[in-house]
Formats: sequence, C-alpha cells, structure tokens
Amino acid sequence: MLASRAFSLIGKRAISTSICLRGHAGVAKVEDFSLPNYIDRRDIPLPQLEYVRNLSAEQKALKEKEKASWSALSIDEKVGLYRIKFCETFAEMNRGSNEWKTVIGGMLFFFGFTALIVIWQRLYVYGPVPHTLSEEWVAMQTKRMLDMRVNPIEGFSAKWDYDKNEWKK
Amino acid sequence: MSSTLLPKPQMRGLLAKRLRFHIVGAIIASLGAAVLYKYGVSEPRKRAYADFYKDYDSMKDFEAMREAGVFESVQPKNS
Repeated sequence: MLASRAFSLIGKRAISTSICLRGHAGVAKVEDFSLPNYIDRRDIPLPQLEYVRNLSAEQKALKEKEKASWSALSIDEKVGLYRIKFCETFAEMNRGSNEWKTVIGGMLFFFGFTALIVIWQRLYVYGPVPHTLSEEWVAMQTKRMLDMRVNPIEGFSAKWDYDKNEWKK
Repeated sequence: MSSTLLPKPQMRGLLAKRLRFHIVGAIIASLGAAVLYKYGVSEPRKRAYADFYKDYDSMKDFEAMREAGVFESVQPKNS
C-alpha cells in the first residue's frame, strides 16, 4: 500500500513517459505519407521541410554565412539560400502548360469515334421507323392539329392563314 | 533577382474590393436579365393575346372546328 503510493508519486510518471518516448517503434510501420514532406503548392507556402536534404560543401558554407548578418549576403547567395529551401518559385510552380490542347484534341477525337459508332448503330441495329412518321400520316396529323386550333395565339395554328388556307409568310 | 523594386501590391481590402465588384455586377446582370425578359418576352406575349382576343368570335371559331369534324359531342351540320 505504502509502496504503491510512493510508486504512484514518482515511478508511474517516469514509466509512462519512457513508454511515450520509445513510441511504437518496431510495432507499427511508419508510412511515408505520415512523415514531414516537401511540396510546392500555392496554398502551402511554407512546406514542412527544406527542399535540399543533403547539403554540398558550398551549401553548408552558405548556411553558415546565413547565420551572420543578412545584408552581407550577395544577391546570388540569397538566391542560393532560396534554392536550398525551395524547389520552384511561385512563378515556376504556377506556370501554364499546353495540356489543354491534348485534352481538347482527345475529346474531339472520341466525339468523332462515337459518331461512327452511332451511325453504324442507326444502319445495322435499329429497325424501321413507325408508320406514324410517314409523309401521309404527318400531313393528316398536321391538318387535324390545325382543325383543332392547336396554340392559335403564339404557337402552331398562329402560323396558319385560315382565310387563304396556307402557311403565313 | 532584379535590382529595381516592384511596386508594392495591394495588401488590404482585397475581399471588400472583390465583393464590391461582384455585387455591382450581380445587380446589373439580374436587372438586365429582368428587363430583357420583360420587354423581349412578357410584353410581346401580352400584346399577342390582346390582339388575338380583340376581334375574336368564339362561335364562328366553334362552327369552323365543328365542320372540320374534330368534335365528338357535335357532328358537322350536313351529316
């Protein structure tokens, strides 16, 4: 009882901390996507890492110089430091491309190909059209529509001249 | 890197500027659409209906339709 009390004051905390520090190493595999990464994106202006991971000797010297006053750096050195930290500038990452031409071209090509398929289907798959679409039937249908005064104000019968028995000019 | 300084870009009020532009545009577009519809569609339609019914004789129209034989309740006069 006393021992566990003493344990709870000092020991437990130490033990739990050490477990956290050890983490789950060896138990769970660390996936690449869960580690900090570098990416050029407009909406992530400051990536989690610097771009260059293994600095050359010159770059290391530059990084040392960076620790001193920045006004002592030349323009080229500043650009060098930028390129260590970032892969592309905003202008470079936002540049347009000619991909849209390929996309539109491919799209139109497949429209054409689909048209060929549709034509073949019309010729070799579809049967004859219903008899109600023949010329005589459509003429009888039109006459009946005009007799019934279909849409006489702005629509169908409005375009027919009932006095002269012909379509209005 | 160029040694000449670029002009300082606008730092504040960007949303306000965008809102003003789009609200003005939206008002103009909606009013324009409404006016165009009224004078392109509604008014001609009202005029067409008024002109049609100004000298419309419904009994004459009915007799014409009756003669054409489209009714089931009345037959043409000479049959």
